[in-house]
Amino acid sequence: MSTEKKPPTTPWWKYPLWLLLGVGFGAVLTAAQVISVVRVRRMFAFQEAHMFLVIGAAVVTGVISMLLVKALRKSQTDISGEKMEFKERPMQPGIIIGGLTFGIGWYLTAACPGPIYALIGTGTWTAFAILGGALVGTFVYGLVKKSLPH
Amino acid sequence: MDVAITDPLPWYIAGPLLGLFVPAMLLLTGKEPGVSSSFRHACAALLPSGKPDYFRYDWLKSGLWQILFVVGILLGGTLVQFGLGGAGVPLFLPENLTAAGLALLFVGGVLVGFGTRYADGCTSGHTISGISNLSVPSLIASVCFIVGGSAASLVHRFVFGGLVP
Repeated sequence: MSTEKKPPTTPWWKYPLWLLLGVGFGAVLTAAQVISVVRVRRMFAFQEAHMFLVIGAAVVTGVISMLLVKALRKSQTDISGEKMEFKERPMQPGIIIGGLTFGIGWYLTAACPGPIYALIGTGTWTAFAILGGALVGTFVYGLVKKSLPH
Repeated sequence: MDVAITDPLPWYIAGPLLGLFVPAMLLLTGKEPGVSSSFRHACAALLPSGKPDYFRYDWLKSGLWQILFVVGILLGGTLVQFGLGGAGVPLFLPENLTAAGLALLFVGGVLVGFGTRYADGCTSGHTISGISNLSVPSLIASVCFIVGGSAASLVHRFVFGGLVP
Protein backbone atom coordinates (compact mmCIF):
# COMPACT_ATOMS: atom_id res chain seq x y z
CA MET A 1 0.00 0.00 0.00
CA SER A 2 1.31 3.37 -0.93
CA THR A 3 1.58 5.89 1.84
CA GLU A 4 2.88 8.61 -0.45
CA LYS A 5 1.01 11.86 0.09
CA LYS A 6 -0.28 13.48 -3.08
CA PRO A 7 0.07 17.25 -3.35
CA PRO A 8 -3.37 18.84 -3.07
CA THR A 9 -5.01 19.70 -6.39
CA THR A 10 -6.24 23.20 -7.02
CA PRO A 11 -9.77 23.53 -5.62
CA TRP A 12 -12.40 24.87 -8.05
CA TRP A 13 -13.18 28.00 -6.04
CA LYS A 14 -9.75 29.44 -6.68
CA TYR A 15 -10.62 30.09 -10.33
CA PRO A 16 -13.49 32.54 -9.72
CA LEU A 17 -11.42 34.00 -6.88
CA TRP A 18 -8.52 34.84 -9.25
CA LEU A 19 -11.00 36.60 -11.51
CA LEU A 20 -12.41 38.52 -8.53
CA LEU A 21 -8.95 39.45 -7.22
CA GLY A 22 -8.15 40.73 -10.71
CA VAL A 23 -11.27 42.90 -10.66
CA GLY A 24 -10.14 44.40 -7.35
CA PHE A 25 -6.59 44.96 -8.58
CA GLY A 26 -7.79 46.56 -11.83
CA ALA A 27 -10.34 48.73 -10.02
CA VAL A 28 -7.67 50.13 -7.68
CA LEU A 29 -5.26 50.76 -10.59
CA THR A 30 -8.00 52.66 -12.42
CA ALA A 31 -9.39 54.59 -9.44
CA ALA A 32 -5.87 55.63 -8.42
CA GLN A 33 -5.36 56.82 -12.03
CA VAL A 34 -2.04 54.99 -12.36
CA ILE A 35 -3.30 53.82 -15.77
CA SER A 36 -3.44 57.43 -16.98
CA VAL A 37 -0.94 58.93 -19.42
CA VAL A 38 -1.20 62.17 -17.43
CA ARG A 39 -0.01 60.57 -14.17
CA VAL A 40 2.67 58.44 -15.85
CA ARG A 41 4.16 61.34 -17.84
CA ARG A 42 4.22 63.53 -14.71
CA MET A 43 5.92 60.74 -12.76
CA PHE A 44 8.70 60.24 -15.30
CA ALA A 45 9.24 64.00 -15.48
CA PHE A 46 9.46 64.05 -11.67
CA GLN A 47 6.73 66.69 -11.60
CA GLU A 48 4.23 64.84 -9.44
CA ALA A 49 4.69 62.50 -6.49
CA HIS A 50 1.39 60.58 -6.79
CA MET A 51 2.70 57.55 -8.74
CA PHE A 52 5.83 57.25 -6.62
CA LEU A 53 3.75 57.45 -3.44
CA VAL A 54 1.32 54.77 -4.67
CA ILE A 55 4.19 52.45 -5.65
CA GLY A 56 6.16 53.25 -2.49
CA ALA A 57 3.19 52.66 -0.19
CA ALA A 58 2.40 49.39 -2.00
CA VAL A 59 5.99 48.18 -1.56
CA VAL A 60 6.18 49.14 2.13
CA THR A 61 2.84 47.47 2.82
CA GLY A 62 3.89 44.38 0.86
CA VAL A 63 7.24 44.06 2.65
CA ILE A 64 5.76 44.42 6.16
CA SER A 65 2.78 42.17 5.53
CA MET A 66 4.94 39.46 3.93
CA LEU A 67 7.38 39.53 6.87
CA LEU A 68 4.35 38.90 9.09
CA VAL A 69 2.98 36.15 6.85
CA LYS A 70 6.34 34.37 6.76
CA ALA A 71 6.77 34.66 10.53
CA LEU A 72 3.24 33.54 11.41
CA ARG A 73 2.63 30.89 8.77
CA LYS A 74 5.64 28.62 8.91
CA SER A 75 4.00 25.97 6.71
CA GLN A 76 4.17 28.43 3.77
CA THR A 77 0.94 26.98 2.43
CA ASP A 78 -2.23 28.77 1.45
CA ILE A 79 -5.62 28.11 3.06
CA SER A 80 -6.23 25.09 0.80
CA GLY A 81 -2.89 23.50 1.74
CA GLU A 82 -1.13 24.26 -1.56
CA LYS A 83 2.41 25.64 -1.35
CA MET A 84 2.80 29.39 -1.71
CA GLU A 85 4.72 29.93 -4.95
CA PHE A 86 7.49 32.48 -4.63
CA LYS A 87 8.80 33.11 -8.12
CA GLU A 88 12.60 33.00 -8.20
CA ARG A 89 14.06 35.71 -10.35
CA PRO A 90 17.86 35.36 -10.28
CA MET A 91 20.22 38.21 -11.12
CA GLN A 92 21.07 38.15 -14.83
CA PRO A 93 21.75 40.79 -17.53
CA GLY A 94 18.05 40.82 -18.47
CA ILE A 95 17.18 42.37 -15.12
CA ILE A 96 19.02 45.50 -16.23
CA ILE A 97 18.70 45.42 -20.04
CA GLY A 98 15.10 44.19 -19.95
CA GLY A 99 14.30 46.55 -17.07
CA LEU A 100 15.57 49.61 -18.98
CA THR A 101 13.80 48.46 -22.17
CA PHE A 102 10.53 48.06 -20.32
CA GLY A 103 11.00 51.48 -18.69
CA ILE A 104 11.26 53.15 -22.11
CA GLY A 105 8.21 51.22 -23.28
CA TRP A 106 6.33 52.22 -20.13
CA TYR A 107 7.04 55.88 -20.94
CA LEU A 108 6.04 55.58 -24.61
CA THR A 109 2.80 53.73 -23.87
CA ALA A 110 2.15 55.18 -20.41
CA ALA A 111 1.06 51.67 -19.49
CA CYS A 112 2.78 48.86 -17.66
CA PRO A 113 1.22 45.41 -18.21
CA GLY A 114 -1.57 45.58 -15.59
CA PRO A 115 -2.81 48.96 -16.85
CA ILE A 116 -2.81 47.72 -20.48
CA TYR A 117 -5.65 45.36 -19.53
CA ALA A 118 -7.38 47.91 -17.31
CA LEU A 119 -7.24 50.49 -20.14
CA ILE A 120 -8.90 48.07 -22.54
CA GLY A 121 -11.58 47.57 -19.89
CA THR A 122 -12.23 51.31 -19.74
CA GLY A 123 -12.89 51.31 -23.48
CA THR A 124 -9.62 53.05 -24.33
CA TRP A 125 -9.25 51.30 -27.67
CA THR A 126 -5.76 52.68 -28.32
CA ALA A 127 -4.59 50.15 -25.69
CA PHE A 128 -5.15 47.38 -28.27
CA ALA A 129 -2.16 48.81 -30.15
CA ILE A 130 -0.10 48.52 -26.94
CA LEU A 131 -1.29 44.97 -26.25
CA GLY A 132 -0.57 43.93 -29.85
CA GLY A 133 2.92 45.37 -29.51
CA ALA A 134 3.45 43.61 -26.18
CA LEU A 135 2.53 40.25 -27.71
CA VAL A 136 4.90 40.87 -30.64
CA GLY A 137 7.66 41.91 -28.19
CA THR A 138 7.07 38.74 -26.19
CA PHE A 139 7.23 36.66 -29.38
CA VAL A 140 10.50 38.35 -30.40
CA TYR A 141 11.93 37.57 -26.95
CA GLY A 142 10.95 33.91 -27.30
CA LEU A 143 12.53 33.86 -30.76
CA VAL A 144 15.91 35.30 -29.75
CA LYS A 145 16.03 34.12 -26.09
CA LYS A 146 18.81 31.60 -26.71
CA SER A 147 21.16 34.19 -28.19
CA LEU A 148 20.67 36.71 -25.37
CA PRO A 149 22.92 36.72 -22.29
CA HIS A 150 21.08 35.32 -19.26
CA MET B 1 -6.52 68.75 -22.16
CA ASP B 2 -10.21 69.64 -22.14
CA VAL B 3 -11.16 66.68 -19.96
CA ALA B 4 -11.37 67.79 -16.35
CA ILE B 5 -8.99 66.01 -14.01
CA THR B 6 -10.43 64.99 -10.66
CA ASP B 7 -8.39 63.76 -7.73
CA PRO B 8 -7.39 60.10 -7.82
CA LEU B 9 -8.05 57.59 -5.09
CA PRO B 10 -5.41 58.89 -2.64
CA TRP B 11 -2.02 57.19 -2.62
CA TYR B 12 -2.31 56.31 1.08
CA ILE B 13 -5.35 54.16 0.28
CA ALA B 14 -4.44 52.86 -3.20
CA GLY B 15 -0.82 51.98 -2.35
CA PRO B 16 -1.52 49.87 0.75
CA LEU B 17 -4.44 48.16 -1.05
CA LEU B 18 -2.17 47.16 -3.94
CA GLY B 19 0.53 45.98 -1.51
CA LEU B 20 -1.98 43.84 0.39
CA PHE B 21 -2.68 41.86 -2.78
CA VAL B 22 0.65 40.07 -2.24
CA PRO B 23 -0.18 38.43 1.14
CA ALA B 24 -3.88 38.14 0.26
CA MET B 25 -3.24 36.27 -2.99
CA LEU B 26 -0.54 34.06 -1.48
CA LEU B 27 -2.67 33.13 1.53
CA LEU B 28 -5.88 32.57 -0.43
CA THR B 29 -4.56 31.10 -3.68
CA GLY B 30 -0.83 30.37 -3.34
CA LYS B 31 0.11 32.74 -6.20
CA GLU B 32 1.70 36.17 -6.05
CA PRO B 33 0.36 39.00 -8.25
CA GLY B 34 2.01 39.18 -11.66
CA VAL B 35 0.80 40.28 -15.05
CA SER B 36 3.45 40.18 -17.78
CA SER B 37 3.68 36.36 -17.96
CA SER B 38 0.15 36.54 -19.37
CA PHE B 39 1.74 37.74 -22.64
CA ARG B 40 3.73 34.52 -22.76
CA HIS B 41 0.62 32.41 -22.11
CA ALA B 42 -1.22 34.31 -24.86
CA CYS B 43 1.61 33.65 -27.35
CA ALA B 44 1.76 29.98 -26.29
CA ALA B 45 -1.99 29.68 -26.84
CA LEU B 46 -2.13 31.60 -30.15
CA LEU B 47 0.99 30.40 -31.97
CA PRO B 48 0.82 27.34 -34.24
CA SER B 49 3.08 24.33 -33.76
CA GLY B 50 6.68 24.98 -34.72
CA LYS B 51 6.77 27.86 -32.24
CA PRO B 52 9.95 28.65 -30.26
CA ASP B 53 10.67 26.45 -27.21
CA TYR B 54 9.82 29.36 -24.91
CA PHE B 55 6.16 28.93 -25.89
CA ARG B 56 6.01 25.12 -25.70
CA TYR B 57 4.45 24.29 -22.35
CA ASP B 58 1.02 23.53 -20.96
CA TRP B 59 -0.18 27.14 -20.84
CA LEU B 60 -3.67 26.15 -19.74
CA LYS B 61 -2.37 24.21 -16.75
CA SER B 62 0.25 26.70 -15.59
CA GLY B 63 -1.33 29.91 -16.87
CA LEU B 64 -5.09 29.69 -16.41
CA TRP B 65 -4.97 31.39 -13.02
CA GLN B 66 -3.10 34.34 -14.50
CA ILE B 67 -5.34 34.59 -17.55
CA LEU B 68 -8.32 34.84 -15.16
CA PHE B 69 -6.46 37.44 -13.09
CA VAL B 70 -5.76 39.71 -16.10
CA VAL B 71 -9.32 39.32 -17.43
CA GLY B 72 -10.35 40.45 -13.95
CA ILE B 73 -8.06 43.49 -14.21
CA LEU B 74 -9.75 44.38 -17.49
CA LEU B 75 -13.18 44.08 -15.84
CA GLY B 76 -11.94 46.17 -12.90
CA GLY B 77 -11.21 48.97 -15.38
CA THR B 78 -14.73 48.58 -16.79
CA LEU B 79 -16.24 48.63 -13.30
CA VAL B 80 -14.60 51.92 -12.31
CA GLN B 81 -15.03 53.62 -15.69
CA PHE B 82 -18.70 52.79 -16.20
CA GLY B 83 -20.00 51.86 -12.75
CA LEU B 84 -18.15 53.96 -10.20
CA GLY B 85 -17.97 57.38 -11.77
CA GLY B 86 -15.00 56.95 -14.12
CA ALA B 87 -11.24 57.25 -13.79
CA GLY B 88 -11.59 61.04 -13.67
CA VAL B 89 -8.56 61.70 -15.85
CA PRO B 90 -7.71 61.46 -19.57
CA LEU B 91 -6.57 57.94 -20.45
CA PHE B 92 -5.04 58.86 -23.81
CA LEU B 93 -3.77 61.96 -25.58
CA PRO B 94 -5.03 63.38 -28.90
CA GLU B 95 -1.60 62.61 -30.37
CA ASN B 96 -2.19 58.87 -29.71
CA LEU B 97 -5.01 58.90 -32.27
CA THR B 98 -2.89 59.70 -35.34
CA ALA B 99 -1.30 56.94 -37.41
CA ALA B 100 2.13 57.94 -36.09
CA GLY B 101 0.78 58.04 -32.54
CA LEU B 102 -0.67 54.55 -32.81
CA ALA B 103 2.56 53.28 -34.35
CA LEU B 104 4.47 54.74 -31.40
CA LEU B 105 2.11 53.01 -28.94
CA PHE B 106 2.70 49.76 -30.81
CA VAL B 107 6.49 50.19 -30.73
CA GLY B 108 6.28 51.07 -27.03
CA GLY B 109 4.22 47.92 -26.54
CA VAL B 110 6.93 45.85 -28.23
CA LEU B 111 9.45 47.29 -25.75
CA VAL B 112 7.08 46.51 -22.86
CA GLY B 113 6.62 42.91 -24.01
CA PHE B 114 10.28 42.28 -24.78
CA GLY B 115 11.57 44.12 -21.72
CA THR B 116 9.27 42.50 -19.19
CA ARG B 117 10.00 39.02 -20.52
CA TYR B 118 13.77 39.58 -20.56
CA ALA B 119 13.65 41.06 -17.05
CA ASP B 120 11.18 38.28 -16.07
CA GLY B 121 8.65 40.61 -14.51
CA CYS B 122 6.93 43.98 -14.58
CA THR B 123 5.74 46.50 -12.02
CA SER B 124 3.50 43.92 -10.36
CA GLY B 125 5.80 40.89 -10.52
CA HIS B 126 9.06 42.69 -9.68
CA THR B 127 8.18 45.93 -7.90
CA ILE B 128 5.19 44.81 -5.85
CA SER B 129 5.60 41.02 -5.44
CA GLY B 130 9.38 40.71 -5.82
CA ILE B 131 10.42 43.51 -3.48
CA SER B 132 7.75 42.39 -0.98
CA ASN B 133 9.66 39.11 -0.84
CA LEU B 134 12.95 40.98 -0.41
CA SER B 135 14.33 40.03 -3.82
CA VAL B 136 17.40 42.14 -4.67
CA PRO B 137 17.15 41.51 -8.45
CA SER B 138 13.55 42.77 -8.29
CA LEU B 139 14.72 45.97 -6.60
CA ILE B 140 17.39 46.48 -9.27
CA ALA B 141 14.85 45.78 -12.04
CA SER B 142 12.45 48.31 -10.52
CA VAL B 143 15.14 51.01 -10.41
CA CYS B 144 15.87 50.24 -14.08
CA PHE B 145 12.17 50.68 -14.97
CA ILE B 146 12.24 54.19 -13.51
CA VAL B 147 15.65 55.02 -15.03
CA GLY B 148 14.50 53.87 -18.49
CA GLY B 149 11.24 55.81 -18.25
CA SER B 150 12.84 59.02 -16.96
CA ALA B 151 15.55 58.87 -19.63
CA ALA B 152 12.82 58.53 -22.26
CA SER B 153 11.05 61.50 -20.67
CA LEU B 154 14.22 63.62 -20.84
CA VAL B 155 14.77 62.75 -24.51
CA HIS B 156 11.12 63.39 -25.34
CA ARG B 157 11.06 66.78 -23.62
CA PHE B 158 14.49 68.18 -24.36
CA VAL B 159 15.27 66.65 -27.76
CA PHE B 160 11.80 66.44 -29.31
CA GLY B 161 10.19 69.31 -27.38
CA GLY B 162 7.52 67.08 -25.87
CA LEU B 163 5.24 68.49 -23.18
CA VAL B 164 4.11 66.99 -19.91
CA PRO B 165 0.29 66.78 -19.94
